[in-house]
Amino acid sequence: MSVLIDKFDVFAGGFWLTLQICVLAAIGALILGAVVAVLRISPVPPLRALGTGYVNVFRNMPLTVVMFFAAFGLPALGSNADFLRIPGLDAIFNRLGTDLPYFRFALIALVLYTAAFVCEALRSGVNAVPAGQAEAARSLGLTFGQNLRYVVLPQSWKASVVPLGSVIIAMIKNSALVGFFGVVGDLSQTADQLTSAGGYAFIPVAIGISVGYLIMTVPLGALLDRIEKRQAVAR
Amino acid sequence: MSQQTSVLYDVPGPRQRRVTLISSLIATVLVLIGAYFLIYRPLADKGQFSMELWGPLVDPSNENFPLVWDRIGLGLKNTLTAAALAIVASLVVGTLIAVLRIQLKSLTRRRFTGMATPLAYLLRGLSWLLSAVTRVCVEVFRGLPVVLTIFFVARGFPEFGISFDNLWYLVIGLTVYNSVVIAEILRSGMEGLPGGQAEAAAAIGLSPAQTTRMILLPQAFRIMLPALISQLVVVLKDTSLGFIISYEETLNIGKQIIGVLGNPIQVYVVIAVLFIAVNYSLSKLAQFVQRRLSRGRKTAGTPAQNPPPAALMSQAEGAGGI
Repeated sequence: MSVLIDKFDVFAGGFWLTLQICVLAAIGALILGAVVAVLRISPVPPLRALGTGYVNVFRNMPLTVVMFFAAFGLPALGSNADFLRIPGLDAIFNRLGTDLPYFRFALIALVLYTAAFVCEALRSGVNAVPAGQAEAARSLGLTFGQNLRYVVLPQSWKASVVPLGSVIIAMIKNSALVGFFGVVGDLSQTADQLTSAGGYAFIPVAIGISVGYLIMTVPLGALLDRIEKRQAVAR
Repeated sequence: MSQQTSVLYDVPGPRQRRVTLISSLIATVLVLIGAYFLIYRPLADKGQFSMELWGPLVDPSNENFPLVWDRIGLGLKNTLTAAALAIVASLVVGTLIAVLRIQLKSLTRRRFTGMATPLAYLLRGLSWLLSAVTRVCVEVFRGLPVVLTIFFVARGFPEFGISFDNLWYLVIGLTVYNSVVIAEILRSGMEGLPGGQAEAAAAIGLSPAQTTRMILLPQAFRIMLPALISQLVVVLKDTSLGFIISYEETLNIGKQIIGVLGNPIQVYVVIAVLFIAVNYSLSKLAQFVQRRLSRGRKTAGTPAQNPPPAALMSQAEGAGGI
């Protein structure tokens, strides 16, 4: 058990790195997912097809394949994902600016993959708004954009919170995969490193790592349960 | 769905149709230009379309073609084996956990009247404790990434001197996670049933165990069938994690092929297409089943069969796996 105390800084560092990648990927996936969701409900057929195609492709592909694409496909194209070296941002998330590109590759893969699920969560929210609302807005003469902005989206937000939350929880769990794709020092890679290279006993390390992930996922899940119960009462 | 989206805008008149047509054309052209510059050009510049790289995968006359597809076929077989074993095991274990949790929950509400007071208190405390323990276990395994459960199983079992084939590590790791998820799906299905079902079962004299087995569970399976099928998609996707314990599934084979032929993009495209084809048809099946089920309710007296919110939740949680 002493490994939990001796190597506490390693665990904490891994936790912090996982948290960083989760925060960045969540922001990216929310933005990209919102864009794809707008494409999917837009009145222009080709854009709708584009959005649908995106969702179908990324929802049905294992994240592992997306990760492999990012980690082996992008270098084959001669890209190091340097566009993610955003000045200012890499002061806080220092892994964004390093020469080793794997953090950025993992981030790209997580964002692309999660965005498909975010899109579906947002769209299910839009579908949950009673049809009468949009019809009333239309009969008032609001255009498509106004209809979305003033009537549908403010209400759909409420119905999307819970599905969005479970998508984010799933993303946190999925982020455990990045440790196996060359992102050194994240929580899951820490387990590998401490047990095989460090020679520490397996069980305490496993407990430490599990606690690290549970700290992130369980409170979020409990919060979602509460929100869901309150919404059920409100309806 | 198409009906729902069309609620957002009027049925287009002649002018609106013209506008839609023009903007469609513009959008198509823009998308094509974007695809050309962002996808086609970089690939072509690096010579990724050459037959040298694609040949072994698509050209039957290529000398490597039969070998490569032999290996991919083996990988697919291994992937499907692992997925099938994992889904069967998690269905069985998941059902057991769901039943156990429901039983324990009804047990905690019992007051054990007619027994000696200390014994009644002891039994109540015991059932409360057991129910708490199962709840914690479910929460813990639901909150852990499935990568880690597989990794822990593959690393932890040998520590205790138990060693299996890599296939079984993968199956056990997947089962640990997915059985808990399936248990939660089934449990919310049973709890979402109208209370009259359990009451009627009790009224005709069924024991709690019989009620669960004959009344609640079959209905829960029926309502939750779409969610269960989406979970199947998740399991199938998760088998690709076998590569971390070097189980020879499709992706791992792909990696070996890349090691020899040096064509990562092409091999991954083929593997991605295979996965998408299988999973897409499974998702379509789930949708079809859902439509059939919502249509199949004919009894006039039954209250509208709203799937409980948890049903929708678990579908969103289909993202749960990888």
